[in-house]
This record gives sequence, structure tokens and C-alpha cells, in this order.
Amino acid sequence: MSAHRIYIYKRYERFWHWSQALLVIVMMITGFEIHGSYSLLGFEKAVRLHTTSAWVLLVLWAFTIFWQFTTGEWKQYLPSLRNVFAMVKYYSYGIFMNAPHPFKKTVEKKHNPLQRLAYLALLAFISPLVWGSGLLYLFYGQWASLGLKGLLELEWVANAHVAGAFMMTAFFFVHVYLTTTGHTLTAHIKAMITGWEEVDDHDLSAEKKS
Amino acid sequence: MIRHAHAILLGGLLVLLHAVAAAVPLPAASAPHPASTTDHSKIEALKGPFKTGPEVTQACLACHNQAAHQVMKSQHWTWDSINPATGKRVGKKISANNFCGSPISNEPRCTSCHAGYGWKDKDFDFTKQENVDCVACHDKTGSYKKIATDAGHPLYEPREMPKGSGKIVQPPDLAKIAQSVGKPGRENCGACHFNGGGGDAVKHGDLDSSLTKPSRDLDVHMAADGANMVCADCHTFNAHIPSGSRYAAQAKDTHGIDLPNDDHNRASCESCHGGTPHKQAQINLHTDKLACQTCHIPEYARGGLATKMWWDWSTAGKRGPDGKPLFIKDEHGHLSYSAEKGDFKYGENVRPEYKWYNGIVRQVAITDKIDDSKILELNAVEGSATDPNAKVWPFKVMRGKQPYDTVNKTLVVNHVYGNDDTSLWSNFDYEKSIKAGMDYAGLPYSGQYGFIETRMNWFITHMVAPKEKAVPCQQCHTRSEDGRLAAITDLYLPGRDRNIWIDTLGGLAIAGSIGGSLIHALFRILSRRRKGDEK
Repeated sequence: MSAHRIYIYKRYERFWHWSQALLVIVMMITGFEIHGSYSLLGFEKAVRLHTTSAWVLLVLWAFTIFWQFTTGEWKQYLPSLRNVFAMVKYYSYGIFMNAPHPFKKTVEKKHNPLQRLAYLALLAFISPLVWGSGLLYLFYGQWASLGLKGLLELEWVANAHVAGAFMMTAFFFVHVYLTTTGHTLTAHIKAMITGWEEVDDHDLSAEKKS
Repeated sequence: MIRHAHAILLGGLLVLLHAVAAAVPLPAASAPHPASTTDHSKIEALKGPFKTGPEVTQACLACHNQAAHQVMKSQHWTWDSINPATGKRVGKKISANNFCGSPISNEPRCTSCHAGYGWKDKDFDFTKQENVDCVACHDKTGSYKKIATDAGHPLYEPREMPKGSGKIVQPPDLAKIAQSVGKPGRENCGACHFNGGGGDAVKHGDLDSSLTKPSRDLDVHMAADGANMVCADCHTFNAHIPSGSRYAAQAKDTHGIDLPNDDHNRASCESCHGGTPHKQAQINLHTDKLACQTCHIPEYARGGLATKMWWDWSTAGKRGPDGKPLFIKDEHGHLSYSAEKGDFKYGENVRPEYKWYNGIVRQVAITDKIDDSKILELNAVEGSATDPNAKVWPFKVMRGKQPYDTVNKTLVVNHVYGNDDTSLWSNFDYEKSIKAGMDYAGLPYSGQYGFIETRMNWFITHMVAPKEKAVPCQQCHTRSEDGRLAAITDLYLPGRDRNIWIDTLGGLAIAGSIGGSLIHALFRILSRRRKGDEK
């Protein structure tokens, strides 16, 4: 099986991905400490680091959203139900049989249909849940001036934030694991670092056939 | 023209400098007080000689002709007031406590801390100006001492103290004292307030003689290398009326920083620090629900002196094998048993207990009907998480057992002190001492007594530690059962509280994503190996 290389992740995208990864990992570790799951840094430092990371990530997102729209890359997140089943079948069966990957990664379509659905769920559900509850949590002191006092309970906001955090963490582990399912174990990760991904040639031929 | 521009620039700079200076909190009272306009040692009327305290007072009043009238309105004099929050009469004469009991029938001993002279029985004349004790608060020689048993008087003649010890104590030089008066210092206030409950450190837990010369760690405000403040810098006096009260302690000072709108009532942290003094917004958020003291006084009785935590009057009266009243000291030299007073327990470096407090203290009076089916809280504090006036405050909770009337269901006046046949400390007989106390007080007594366990809340508000010694966040934000706020259960506390469903399902989701990935990986490895075998 031969392979060729395509330039798939641009420099900003890689910078965004890895700085976001770092921030999310820091926020998971500090977040669960704040939740009381363990003690590591001490509550005060954990809160400070968690809050700072949140603000940095918000700034990063501001730039990234701008980047997504100016480059048209936002279209990568549009879902399509086509071939979702093929992906499910591949991950649950084909991958063990050494079957070809049903999705051909290209510069125009860098996410497979299942990936698109997962990212959309992340963007449309988990993110608003985590960010919405997180910002409300952070601005607890301003609830009165925002007219929220009496409408919200800190406990609900905290529960929503924790629920979102669990989902985010579960997503994180699956996401990391699925990076090993490329052409080689490290092909996806290398691509995220260098921008260049090795893809199977037979993917190309499969694409031609269809 | 250029000079003009310079002037404007300089003026601007000055304004800027001024603004910066204004933002820096001033170390209050670290500078010596301004010199008085009167040198009392040059006043003829103060040269004496004075035979008694009241004579000194009369000399003071010759110039300070309103002073006694002012003092007579203060609680230092009346020991009696109305709680503005509840309308209930409070004060030592009527309010119950679980230390010494009542001053009634024990006057000459208890009134050694009255701001007056001669309150030796219930017929004391509260209107006589010369009975006001000026120098207890204003003596600057440090030699004036109201002795323990003389109804507020100092010694006037040399006396052997304690009796039979052979030690002769000389009376203070009243003329010298009268000429050396000034603003009250720590020793003046401490002479009584450090010794509440009958001895150093006994009562409050956050007030004892270690505050006379505290280290910065013990009290950041009073330490010489801290703000070097004295009691009255916060407990400001207005016409001899002190600010600050434990019967009606201010739960939330919304007035905030006193200057420039000075109410001259600085007995709150907010008076100088304002309501939200922290640099970090997240810390400031806490000020809505937590009293400053809750974080900034991590422990009380930190000055090396133990405070009393338990006082069980029910065991008083035991005699040793020699037939003499029994006194037992513990390994630290503290009385753990006294035939006069019963069993004691002490504490040092004690973590406070935390309770909501909204400004309302329900103080039990000795005349109140009580419920003897459970532990009696003598001064329950009110408040809850949903009460906008409430904050979580730290308390020393004093526990003990004390006598009560089992038929009438009231607490009692116990006649403990006096050289007579009925006082507890001379004959160790509660039958007689309670009857004598109640008769003397003119209160109904059935003749039947028992002992009831009581609790009393003492606000912890002194011994403020430096900010770096404040309670670390995780001592409250913890799932640990001994978290400081474990008793405050009516709010959501991050780091302590969680929804068990979310945690369980979330934990399963994470375990599932890791476990699922591992199983998937295992199958990939196995299937690849089989493929390899096939080749």
C-alpha cells in the first residue's frame, strides 16, 4: 500500500489547534480540581489558572472564528448525513479487517462525515453549554446588575458546567484515540503538527471509482 | 510661556501624585497621637492627695463637667440596654451566660470590672457622678488596678494578697495617676476585656493579654510592626459611648469606608477597608456571604493563652481526701477541676465554628421560660443563605452545664461569692446558694434545681491575621467532612457540593470513552496480528 502527502492544515489552523488543546487540557485538569475530584494545585491556583485559560481561549476563538469565515474554512463543519453509516461500519468492522478507509481526506474536505457530526455536536451543544454556564459562573457577582438574580441558581449553573465538562472530557479521550486511526498510527498527529498528511493511495482510487 | 507650561505640567503631576497617594490605605494610628493641649501634671487640682477613687473623679469633673453624664449613658456604666434588633432588654444583670453566671448577689467580685466605684449590692446609686471611674480607662501610668473583690475600687491601704501569702500589695499613687491621664490604651481596655469570665483569655477566645504586645501573625492591626492600632481606633467612642456590641453585632456594614462620610463608628472591618477590598474579583464575590473575619481569623486563642471551652458547674463542690475543697490542674497548669466552679476544658489555636448571622441575636434572659428537653442555646444567632442581611460569621461556641429551676423552667441567679453562710464558694451547697441568689434578685424559685447543658456563641472578630495567613480556599472548598463550612449546608459550595447523578453519569462517560478506546485498540492489535499470521 503506497501513500502520498497532501498539505491539509495551514499554519494558523495548527497553531489554533495546539494552543486550544493545551488550554482545554489545563481547564480539564484545573476544572475537576475545582469540582473537588482531587487536589493538585490547591483550589485558589486552580481557579486562577482555569479562569485565565478561559479568557485566553476566548481570545483565541475570536481570532479563529474570524479566520474560519475569511478563509471559508467554516464550511468544514457543515454536517452531512451521507456516508455516516459507512464511517460507523468502518470503525466498528472494517478497521479490524484492514478494509480501506471509506473517506478520502482532501484539502476541501478534511473531516470525515462522522467527524463533522462530532464537531458539530461539540460546537452546537457542548460548547454553548460549557461557555454559557462558565461565563454565568464567572460573572456570578454581576447577576444582580444583569437582572439574573432570582432567575438562576448557582447550583444549576455549576451543574450545567460540570455536565458540559464531563462531555468535553469524554470527547477528548475519544478524539485522542481516533488520531491513531490514520494511514499510520501517527499520520493524523504528524499532519496536525506539520500540516502534511500521508493518505492512502487507494483512497484516491476509491474516490475515482465513485 | 514656557514657565506657564511647566506650571501646568507640575500641577498635573501633583494632582496625579495626590490621586496615587489617596488610593493607598493609610496605616491608621501608626503615628503618635497629637500632643494634648493640656498637661495634666500642671493642674493644681490633680496634685492630690486623693484618699479614694471618687475623689479623683471629682477632680476630673471640675473641668470635664459633662464626662460623667456621658459615661452614665454607656453600657460600661449601665450594664443594661435594649437590643435595637429585638427590642429585648440585655446586659449582665439580666442576660444569661454560661461562665460565671449572674453578677446579682455577687456584686463586689463581679463589679471589679464596672466603670465605677462601690457597686457592692443591688442598692448601688447609678446617678452619683463621683462613682464613675475615670482613671480605669484613662490612666497612662499602668499602675492603676481595680482589685478583684472591692466593688470596683483600687487598693487604698497596703493589703496582704492573696490572704495568708505574706505578700503585701501597695496601693497605687492616685495623685500621680490623676496627673498622667490620656487616651485609653490596650492595657486600659484589656484590664477588664482580656479577663472576662474571671481570668486571662477565659471568655472571648479572641481577646486576651497576648494582644498587649502581639506579633504581626497574631494581630496585624495591633502589632507594633503592623498597623500598631489600639482598641479605641476601631471601637471609636462618641461622647463616651463605645461602638461595637456582641448583643447586637453589626452583621453587614453597608456604610463602608468611613471617610469622608464619617459616622465615627469604626467597629467593623468595612469602616476602613470598604465592602470589597480585594484585588481579585472572585475573592470580592465572597464578601456578599462571608464576614471578613471568617477568612481572616483562621483560629482564635493564638497568642499562647488557652481559652475556656467547657465549664460544667454540675460537678462543683467535691472535696479531696483531706476534706478540703478539691482543685486539680492539668499538664499545662490550667485548672481542670475546681471545687468552686466544676470541670473545665480549654482550647488553644481553636478553629471557629461558622454560622449565618443577620444582626439578630436571640439572647436568653435569666427570667425566660426555657425548654429543658434539649441543649439550650443562650444566644442563638439568626440568618440563612437566602437572608440578604446575613453573612457567615466565625464563633467560639462555649459549652457547659449550669444550674436551673427544674419546676419553673428558668435559669437561676447563683450566689457564689461572699463571706456568708449561703454562698457556693464558702459552703459548696447549691441548695442554699441558688435560693439565696434568687431571693436576693427577687425572682421566683421553686427550690428544685438541676443542671442543663447550654451553648453560647461568641463572635470571633479580633486576632486578625495578616492576609498571607488567611484561610486557604480549599479549607472550605473541599469535599472533606471537616471542611470549615461543613455546617453551612443551605448553599451550593463549589468544590464541596456536587450532583451525584451528573458525577456518576459523567464518570461513566469518561470511563466509557477511555475503556471503549482501549477495547477498540485491543481488537485492532489482535486483528492485525491475525492478519500477519495469515500472511
